[in-house]
Amino acid sequence: MITLFLIAWPLITGLLLFLSGEESARKLALVSSLVQLVATAFLFFSFQSTAETQFLVDWPWVQSLGIHFKVGIDGISIIMVLLTNLLLPFIILSSGLNRYDKSNALYALMLIMQSALIGVFTSLDGFLYYIFWELALIPVYFILLLWGSNRKVTVKFFLYTLAGSLFMLAGLIYLYTQTESKSFDIDAFYALNLPAETQKWVFWLIFIAFAIKIPVFPFHSWQPATYTESPTPGTMLLSGIMLKMGLYSMIRWILPVLPEAADHWDNAVIGLCVIGIIYGAWIAINQKDIKTLFAFSSMSHVGLIAAGIMAANVHGLQGSLIQMLSHGINVVGLFFIADIIYKRTGTREIEHLGGIRSKAPVFATLFMIILLGSVALPLTNGFVGEFLLLSGVYQFNAWYAAAAGTTIILGAVYMLKMYQHTMLGDVQTATADFAEVTLQEKLVLVPIVILVIAIGVYPKPLLDISAPAVNHLLEQMNSYTTYLR
Amino acid sequence: MTALIVISLVGIATLFGGVFNWKGKTLWFAVAGIIATLVLNFMDWNTGYSYFNQMVKFDNYALAFNGILLTSTLLIMLLCSHHYRNVAQNMIADIYGLIIFTLVGGMLMTSYSNLTMLFLGIEILSIPLYILAGSNRADSKSNESAMKYFLMGSFASGFLLFGIALLFGATGSFHLEGIKTFLSNNPSSANNSMVAVGILMLMVGFLFKVAAVPFHFWAPDVYEGAPTLITGFMATVVKTAGFAAFYRLFSYCFADLSGLWVPLLSIAAVLTLFVGNITALYQKGIKRLLAYSSISHAGYLILAVLAMQDQSDSALLFYTAVYSVSTICAFAVLIAIKEVTGTDSIESLHGMARKNPLLGIATTIAFLSLAGIPPLAGFFAKYFIFVTAMKSGYGWLVLIAVINSLIGAYYYLRVINSVFTKNEQAEKIELNWAYNLVLILTALLSLAIGIAPDFLVNLI
Repeated sequence: MITLFLIAWPLITGLLLFLSGEESARKLALVSSLVQLVATAFLFFSFQSTAETQFLVDWPWVQSLGIHFKVGIDGISIIMVLLTNLLLPFIILSSGLNRYDKSNALYALMLIMQSALIGVFTSLDGFLYYIFWELALIPVYFILLLWGSNRKVTVKFFLYTLAGSLFMLAGLIYLYTQTESKSFDIDAFYALNLPAETQKWVFWLIFIAFAIKIPVFPFHSWQPATYTESPTPGTMLLSGIMLKMGLYSMIRWILPVLPEAADHWDNAVIGLCVIGIIYGAWIAINQKDIKTLFAFSSMSHVGLIAAGIMAANVHGLQGSLIQMLSHGINVVGLFFIADIIYKRTGTREIEHLGGIRSKAPVFATLFMIILLGSVALPLTNGFVGEFLLLSGVYQFNAWYAAAAGTTIILGAVYMLKMYQHTMLGDVQTATADFAEVTLQEKLVLVPIVILVIAIGVYPKPLLDISAPAVNHLLEQMNSYTTYLR
Repeated sequence: MTALIVISLVGIATLFGGVFNWKGKTLWFAVAGIIATLVLNFMDWNTGYSYFNQMVKFDNYALAFNGILLTSTLLIMLLCSHHYRNVAQNMIADIYGLIIFTLVGGMLMTSYSNLTMLFLGIEILSIPLYILAGSNRADSKSNESAMKYFLMGSFASGFLLFGIALLFGATGSFHLEGIKTFLSNNPSSANNSMVAVGILMLMVGFLFKVAAVPFHFWAPDVYEGAPTLITGFMATVVKTAGFAAFYRLFSYCFADLSGLWVPLLSIAAVLTLFVGNITALYQKGIKRLLAYSSISHAGYLILAVLAMQDQSDSALLFYTAVYSVSTICAFAVLIAIKEVTGTDSIESLHGMARKNPLLGIATTIAFLSLAGIPPLAGFFAKYFIFVTAMKSGYGWLVLIAVINSLIGAYYYLRVINSVFTKNEQAEKIELNWAYNLVLILTALLSLAIGIAPDFLVNLI
């Protein structure tokens, strides 16, 4: 039942928020997201660390078409639920920096989005999953449309992702018609045992939706502009949580459902990921705008996660899970910092900034720690994930791992270069009266910094909770592929 | 059957409303008549009686489609109270009467079990519509629309009649059952040119009536020229009745001869989808956009006819119901906007979300539903059609339909974006209670059917 609560609570409070006044909207949204966080903590402690799916809810929905309302949480989805519910309070808090017109609608849409995201991460029925997948798109579309700065970019984003989704729908319908009991239940999908040839083309129908959302090179062209033109909460939702829908879905809906195809296409997909990693990092080096730089850096990091998933081994999957969490935390922190800088100086151009450290030492230190987490320095959260991911890719193919490893080196290059130009050096006119972090900003940045270090120093509880589910998933895949041979 | 008799009587009585100067009461009399008919219609549920020597058969298929036709007409009638508020009420009693006669024709088209009855139904539906299309007498576009519709409609009727005659010549029967028995007893009749030409002519006739490509050329002009309310009526009731009749005949009688017509119909489906959607992309006016969108929706519906699978009739019913509800909602918005701004360009919607939140929300829901975005009903309708088509092995057609859904999403989104564009000069639009009721009802239905589709899925 707690699963149901986690889906319903933000949806209900979100809808109610449309009716509330603009002044109190942010506080109400924050309270709602904190209640959700408390419920998540409760979920975390009552979760048994086994491979079992827990907190299962299974109601018939459209019985004649084999559609159920089936949601549950296992060791993999719990990390994603944690990610969503942990980040949302930060996103809501950090949006207090700007005054948004009709802000109650903005927060309402954010909460509805949260509900849809939890739905994606917990649904165990293909149809339900698709509904939530699309439902998550609608609020973010309106957030970008109403508070973003460029409508063309928003429409492009929407159509791009919708295109992927529709092909996925065709793929899911095909899988459904192949199941014995004519059901969308994930267990029926697992029991499909499709012939390898069929799996190979169904794989692309479904994978293209995830590849666009993640985005994997060459499906990324919507991303940088969308991230840059969005209002900051929109960017945070997109990069922090929404793109993880694609990564999570690869683990849930591709690896165990189409194992043979995953085995067949792994070289191709990891190859694309590696290209994306280097390409994203390379472009990031030459960026002049901080926000665009973060957007490309995010693309580079996410490519590594996708590669780790496709490697389909324990290190790759475990690394991907913990890195999804870490990346979400870091990216929210980074975009918040970009927003603070923009708010104070009116520019995001690196060359117009400089010397902020001498004006706001605390701010610069907090920025440094989050940045180090992002470039995967040992003892920060980024290191745990990237190390495991690289190890996973290495077990798959050493050359790929070597190429993917450049993400750490290039990441350090562009991040530290950017830090050097903005925080150090001479004070510029734009940064002449750069104020120190306020209490409100600290409320976001300090917990993020604590998380960066805490997960970096002691990631064991998170790894332990997902380990049984990951192992079970791999066994499932292997038993299937050996069965075929 | 009582339903059909009652609604015919209501139609005739409505005409007298003009003679006896009932004024505003005429409309409410007609509305009450339709509601009564709706109740009577569903009282026949599960009986499946045939009448007039098996000329018509009121099985659940017919009754369910009649339910859609009646509900759509009811919603459109409710819009009349606002739309015609400045017209002398005894002048337009005949319009109400004609709308009801069209409905009678539609109800025959869903329930025929004899081809002569089909023809009668189509004519009863069409002739009042020709007049309705030209009912805005002062407007030359309306006259043009009526003329075009009449000429093209007559051609289509001619094709249908030819088809019926040829089929009668080959099989010796007008009855669906007789034709089916003959065709299954004589498998070689596929080589009989009379049968083949007959079936194809019937198909052409139907494609004309539902405005599918390549027989769609009349639709955009007729839709644009006709009074907007009538356009809404044509796009929903006529299309629903056309497809109900199309599916009834082809799935029941010609399923065994699918080799003859399925390839051609598949091509028509592909063309309808692409031509409808791509042309809609370039439209500046909402009315014309809806006309092309209605053509493209015919493409999805043809998929259900092609699938001919045990759930296809449910899929067809579901799609027409959802499409009708969302389209009426869209047309209701369009009428209101056009009255105030005097244009139907997409830009005329600017500032709606602020100044007329109800209209804004209704537009958003209606167009998202037409675009097929979950969790709205339009998504489930598309999904249901895709599933039945996929089950029958039309995977490639589903992929084409998927690509078209994407093109469709683009132009529907343009309308929605326009609703949320700021415009300080936007005017507040005053609407009467019946109008608001229709807007709320159609928007709510577009949402509710999507969340709880089970009832409609299992209806027949």
